[in-house]
Amino acid sequence: MKFLKIMAGVMLAVFMVASTAQAQIKVGVYLPLTGQNAFGGQLELDGVNLAHKENPKAIGQDVELVIMDNKSDKVESANAVKRLIERDKVVAIIGTYGSSLAMAGGEVAEASKIPAVGTSCTNPLVTQGKTYYFRACFIDPYQGAGAATYAVKNLEAKKAALLIDVSNDYAVGLGTFFKRSFTKLGGEIVTEMKYNSGDQDFTAQLTEIISKKPDVLFIPAYFAEGGIIMKQARELGAEFRIMGGDAMDNPETVSIAGKASEGFIHTSFPYDSNMPNMNPEARKFTDAWKAAYPNKEPNVNAALGYTTYVMITNAIERAGSADPAEITKALAETKDLSTPLGMLTLDSDHNPQMPVGIIEIKDGKRVYLGEVQPE
Amino acid sequence: MTWELFVQNLFNALTVGSLYALIAIGYTMVYGILRFINFAHGDVFMVGAYFIFFGVTAAHLPWPVAALVAIGGASGLGILVDRIAYRPLREAPRISALISAIGISFLLENLGLVVFTGLPRPAVQPQWMVDPITLGSIRILPLSFIVPVVTAILVLALLWIVYKTRPGLAMRSISKDIETTRLMGVSVDRIIALTFGLGSALAAAAGIMWAMRYPQIHPFMGVIPGFKAFIAAVVGGIGSIQGAVLGGLLLGTVEIMVVAFYPTLSGYRDAFAFVLLIVILLFKPTGLMGEKLEDKI
Repeated sequence: MKFLKIMAGVMLAVFMVASTAQAQIKVGVYLPLTGQNAFGGQLELDGVNLAHKENPKAIGQDVELVIMDNKSDKVESANAVKRLIERDKVVAIIGTYGSSLAMAGGEVAEASKIPAVGTSCTNPLVTQGKTYYFRACFIDPYQGAGAATYAVKNLEAKKAALLIDVSNDYAVGLGTFFKRSFTKLGGEIVTEMKYNSGDQDFTAQLTEIISKKPDVLFIPAYFAEGGIIMKQARELGAEFRIMGGDAMDNPETVSIAGKASEGFIHTSFPYDSNMPNMNPEARKFTDAWKAAYPNKEPNVNAALGYTTYVMITNAIERAGSADPAEITKALAETKDLSTPLGMLTLDSDHNPQMPVGIIEIKDGKRVYLGEVQPE
Repeated sequence: MTWELFVQNLFNALTVGSLYALIAIGYTMVYGILRFINFAHGDVFMVGAYFIFFGVTAAHLPWPVAALVAIGGASGLGILVDRIAYRPLREAPRISALISAIGISFLLENLGLVVFTGLPRPAVQPQWMVDPITLGSIRILPLSFIVPVVTAILVLALLWIVYKTRPGLAMRSISKDIETTRLMGVSVDRIIALTFGLGSALAAAAGIMWAMRYPQIHPFMGVIPGFKAFIAAVVGGIGSIQGAVLGGLLLGTVEIMVVAFYPTLSGYRDAFAFVLLIVILLFKPTGLMGEKLEDKI
């Protein structure tokens, strides 16, 4: 019995020595793995894991990922960040999909002075005025300008109409930025109609829009409502082009709108598994993904997840330390980092500059048309 | 506004309004007989839409068969809900049953979230329902005619059941005096179960039609239509079937015409529609058709 006790003690001691000898860098990940945003959150986690598998070390130490599910819920999101920082003592955080989730988690990270890199949270407020929040995606003003630039330059649209969900921050913001750029580029907004989240009937607004004969209708909606709007517009005989933002990038858009989604154009991040002229980093990511997950197509969320991990390990390497303050400083200086989303440089608001990807629905499939530089 | 635009909007209004009417008659029937507002009505509406979705996509039934199965399934659900959640509270104050109904409403929504997931699904639409008919510049969906016809048929069937059959006689009797009806040897519980079965069948029929017009189904799809149809039923005079139809059509027309005549107010559509309805209630507190008590069924 005594012998056993001694053995157990020795083993414990050996184990403790071994674990301290191999120093680890803990990076927290909080993403919506269940709930309504799970589709994007799961893909982003796969992207993070792939980047980790490819490059599991930074400054010679092992990087350990601590993964938390924020359940697509703001309260859970703040709790997840709190737990990562207080219990798991992470030095940096990756996440999350969804601006409102990122803002809830961001408050906690900011208070604890732990740097965080957002995957796909496009609202300007996520990083605005924050010292510790960064992101891998562009922001809505940029995206709205990208859509307007494409409408004016490529589609030669002169008159645009808008249909905006006034109870949704994303929609109001994106709509405003589209309007601003479109008029700046010489276009005219012929009408701006509104609705509220949860509305299902848009016939009155669409009848009004059709009577104004615009060249393009911009709907900064989520896919569920967007699909219905497209359908009702075509049923009422609308012949103009319909455009939307990245929230329309979902397979359900086509299944809800059916034939009415033909020719629909929306903005997205500059990555697609079928994009022409893929940059070497994107090629590398796509090949690695196909080897790791043969049954899943890599999408833009996966690329964003991958990019956040690259940004953090790159910052740790440049800082030469895993101290949160040093990582924060290095992240803010991120410049010309090659990622699947192109050469990434963060501006003073911690937002990357990257071109806006344009996707069109053709024969029920998403086709990556190319990129535009917003004006 | 041009003449064509006005006619187009009139048909838009007819489509929305008759859908509200279809939901409202279910509310009003249960209220007319039991003096009880079934807040779970909008959620049975949602379940009906899911039943037909799975009937067509999972069980590969032809559309009309799936519709009948969905209506049957929903009325079974209505009877089950009555047995579990309302019948034990029959002797309790009416407010308890109301709270129980709200509980059932949340239960069905969240059960839907777990079982069907929150992802919106595309409803299956038979093609002949969705190809618009063109009259000059006016475009009308076949559904704009089908929904009012379905509503009319269901209203007539309902009136026939309530006024011409023996269970209908028992229903009317229960609405007057439940205790005396029991003393007359009527199986009150069975008649009430039948009432919920019928009400749920109406909800499912409305859910199916709604999903035809707005082909996207999710567990919370019944909340707002249910709420609006309830208001339509109250404006029409709750308890009156004709009033529910009138209230539904009125609400649909107001919603469309507010936007049609005042495009800049489109973001406040609901606010303006409901202010108008409040004004109606201020002048006719029992609703448009709610005066003559003997009209209630």
